[in-house]
Amino acid sequence: MSDQFEPVIIGFTCNWCSYRAADMAGTARMKYSPNIRLIRLMCSGRLDPTFVLKAFAGGADGVMITGCHPGDCHYVEQNYKAMRRFVILKKTLAQLGIETGRIKLLWASAAEGAIFTDEVNKFVEQVRELGPLQWPTSGGGLEKMFAMPEQMLVKEVSA
Amino acid sequence: MSGNGKPKFAMYWAASCGGCEIAVLNIHEKILDVDANFEVVFWPVAMDAKYKDVEAMEDGSILLTLFNGAIRNDENEHIAKLLRKKSKLLVAFGSCANEGCMPALANLSNIQEIVDTAFSTPSTDNPQNIRPNTKFSVPEGELHIPTLYPVVRTLDQVVPVDYYMPGCPPESHQIAAVIDLVIQVLQGKAELPPAGSVIGVGNSTVCDECTRKRNEKKIKKFERIQHIMIDPELCILEQGVLCSGPATRSGCSALCPKAGSPCIGCYGPAEGAEDYGSRLMTAVASVVDSNDPAEIEKIFEGIPDPAGQFYRFNLAGSLLRFSKPAWKG
Repeated sequence: MSDQFEPVIIGFTCNWCSYRAADMAGTARMKYSPNIRLIRLMCSGRLDPTFVLKAFAGGADGVMITGCHPGDCHYVEQNYKAMRRFVILKKTLAQLGIETGRIKLLWASAAEGAIFTDEVNKFVEQVRELGPLQWPTSGGGLEKMFAMPEQMLVKEVSA
Repeated sequence: MSGNGKPKFAMYWAASCGGCEIAVLNIHEKILDVDANFEVVFWPVAMDAKYKDVEAMEDGSILLTLFNGAIRNDENEHIAKLLRKKSKLLVAFGSCANEGCMPALANLSNIQEIVDTAFSTPSTDNPQNIRPNTKFSVPEGELHIPTLYPVVRTLDQVVPVDYYMPGCPPESHQIAAVIDLVIQVLQGKAELPPAGSVIGVGNSTVCDECTRKRNEKKIKKFERIQHIMIDPELCILEQGVLCSGPATRSGCSALCPKAGSPCIGCYGPAEGAEDYGSRLMTAVASVVDSNDPAEIEKIFEGIPDPAGQFYRFNLAGSLLRFSKPAWKG
């Protein structure tokens, strides 16, 4: 076991392209980082931002969303909706203090196993660099937060 | 049961503005029904009472407590726990108790920033930069003021809640209906809804109650409401003004959109929506009329404060609950 931080990454893949890309990487024995846990959706358009927030609230350090290339969606244009949601979600997360580097959108076709593995590896390193997120709604963080503070939270300034 | 045999009623405000109490008083002559059927034992806004009076009550002796306000400090938490113990039915009343409302927007900042904003703005007359002390000794003894917690919480993040009644504030006709129901239950004419229910609301979205005309929505530019004249007939979102109707629970009769102002989402998430902001983001992103990444970015520049916009009433009740600066300091 190494001492380096191993980020927990949740990856959402679409059934038709990006999951097939991961599948292809598997059948071709291409190696990629085991830090990512893939969840298959029918389409990237199915990705409710709730899923991403739930991942972060539950202790994930990064979230990767993948889908068919623009124009290739099996549901005509749902991946464009994913693209738009990603833009506004990223902006909102940044305001909540979640670094934009913790979330990534990738287009990968069923033939792009190599691109998929490359991008997963790069993303894992990027999140490793950012360090653990450890949102307090996971892992007992809330208890620590509301333990009655020994000292005042407000810094005292003498009159 | 109290001395006069009537069931007991309490109402409390924690971190809130007092609008909920006004909404209760706004039920007009129905307030007489409250008085006829209940003994009001604790209601700091309306009558004099001491915390020690509540502490002296028997556990479970208050039938109905309407608790409004979020949990911001240790006093709020203490009274929430106290009223939970003393009440049979504890209702999270109003948006603050349900999901944090405006006080929870403080969850975007850390305590230090909040206190600095309150005590050291350029327009504040505080030359010695004095901060409140939570403890202070005077000849009569030691005085305590409540200690702020790092973030604002909803009522059910602190104690179990029996019913939820959202709204900022809940509409008076909804309050009257709920009070009527409780009175009917007391008379054996009705049954209480299942525990954990959201009461005094509809089961759909504000859009469903809105009478404006709707076509296919395609938005090229988000407008601030002060920059355009709102068409009186057409869906407000279609006109490019961000309206929270698609994500917000019905129950208010779509008052704001009917008056030409966008829904701001005070009735909280529509049934089944786990995270209000996500639901609204999904809805808004779906109607943006562009497939070009650069143009999409540009269109979303029209929403300069997405966290404040999507979580205006819901930050404490959302999945993330607060921002990183708020908990990391």
